Amino acid sequence: MKEIVIISGKGGTGKTSVTAAFATLAKNLVLVDCDVDAADLHLVLTPTILETHEFFGGKTARILQEHCTRCGLCFEVCRFHAISYACRHTDDRPGMVWTIAPVACEGCGVCANFCPRQAIAFEDAMNGYWYRSDTRVGPMVHARLGVAEENSGKLVTLIRREARAIAEAQESELILVDGPPGIGCPVIASLSGADHVVIVTEPTVSGIHDLERVVTLAAHFRVPASVIINKADINRDNAVKIVHYALAHGVCVLGEIPYDPVVTQAQLVCQSIIEFSKSPASESLHTIWARLHQQVMKESGV
Amino acid sequence: MQIAIASGKGGTGKTTLAVNMARLLSRHESVQYVDCDVEEPNGHLFLHPAITQTTSVTIPVPEVNAERCILCGACSRLCQYHAIAALPALTMVFPELCHGCGGCLRVCPEKAITEVGRPIGVVERGMAGIVAFVHGRLNIGEAMSPPLIRAVQTYADPHATVILDAPPGTSCPVIAAIRPCDVVVLVTEPTAFGLHDLTLAVEMVRALNRPMGVVINRADIGDDRVELFCEQEGIPIWGRIPHDRRIAEAYARGEMAVDVLPDTIPCFTAIMAAIRSEAPV
Repeated sequence: MKEIVIISGKGGTGKTSVTAAFATLAKNLVLVDCDVDAADLHLVLTPTILETHEFFGGKTARILQEHCTRCGLCFEVCRFHAISYACRHTDDRPGMVWTIAPVACEGCGVCANFCPRQAIAFEDAMNGYWYRSDTRVGPMVHARLGVAEENSGKLVTLIRREARAIAEAQESELILVDGPPGIGCPVIASLSGADHVVIVTEPTVSGIHDLERVVTLAAHFRVPASVIINKADINRDNAVKIVHYALAHGVCVLGEIPYDPVVTQAQLVCQSIIEFSKSPASESLHTIWARLHQQVMKESGV
Repeated sequence: MQIAIASGKGGTGKTTLAVNMARLLSRHESVQYVDCDVEEPNGHLFLHPAITQTTSVTIPVPEVNAERCILCGACSRLCQYHAIAALPALTMVFPELCHGCGGCLRVCPEKAITEVGRPIGVVERGMAGIVAFVHGRLNIGEAMSPPLIRAVQTYADPHATVILDAPPGTSCPVIAAIRPCDVVVLVTEPTAFGLHDLTLAVEMVRALNRPMGVVINRADIGDDRVELFCEQEGIPIWGRIPHDRRIAEAYARGEMAVDVLPDTIPCFTAIMAAIRSEAPV
């Protein structure tokens, strides 16, 4: 069984469209959407949700006003500027009324620990949901991190583990992971320990800049990488630069996808590019998919 | 006034809007461009700033003085991130897991813990023509971007019009970036993905209680569901940037539309006017 992760560094280069295309070309796979704060794969694959689970990623602090003596120690010890005061009183007790902004609370528990009156509750926080679903191409594990919530890395790790359990039980050959943009916490959680990472880029100065950072990240975690150049015809010179960069850094170039309005049209009717129609983009994705398969086999010495 | 340019979905045109606005505004007023997308900062590729100041950003992580440590485990019990562990013979620190809350230091009865700075990235500053420029660059392999984003934010100039380029998404990095801003511009595109991620972004801005409006990029490539959504939710549309291959090609080369395609200037001017007239700041 192989776990292949699709990432991009820069957002909007076509990760999810490529993942959906691969999903309709692959056989016997399990899908995971690790872009937990702006998941989109479900918009194409329209999963039927079989199980919904709550995700508790960490804790959050809350001041119990009835016990608070308004000493302000919590404000002093909080390093995340999560505690603020209001001078408006609803009672005649002296001092400031302290409150904790949930969006800024990092869940460290320091305020609760040092409160002299135990007036701060420190409770498990429900940060979102994760789902086990079924799609027309196979099982899918996905999630929705609550808006303005934390712990995306933990949620990513959790859904990858669930997907692996399903894949093992069903003897699947492939786990296909749609990754998040960037290079931070959820990206690291998506790619560490995977068998192969596919980087979808575009021939723009930003695409190249972000590609270089994400190639370095994959090397840092020792995951073999390959690259797909999407919208390759928007700038030929930059496309050539990407090929040279990839070759110099041991990254396999899987191929190019031309700019094709079909990509947007397919998305609007919830279909992958492969399902939607025969087009320049779908033709190149067929070739790219075959090359990716060969490359992953080669890496595992088959 | 701090104007955050954000979006749920990546690649919708945040940086395009932010750099073009910064350039245009700088013709009439003092402007600072602040790039808070520290994982993948791109604004410098268009504004070409001359970086004159580089500041390393660190987060405080504990260091245990083994001679004073009595292995009581109080630090380990307090730490929510499993970043410090009291083993039978020593107390071990895992710096990459530490969020820098300072709890261990405070709870240690023997004062055996001090803090040292662990570098997570840099803040770079300089001038791009007459636009003041600040961005952060997260070290590769580093998971925690919010402390660096907060550090970038501290350089925002209260006397200038600040155009803040936010990271994509709806979780901690973008919250850290836009929390101090006065108004949020959400850039989207009229596609299924664009609409879905816009709905999440709107929810996020509401959680922060900031005034917001929407700019639709490549406004003619999809359908009208984004327009309908904004109307239903009572969110103003501050502008529409038409799909134009010339803008995409200029972007690919690292050029700004307002510099090389003068006919696009009115579109960006109108967006700025809409933000100014509708944002209650």
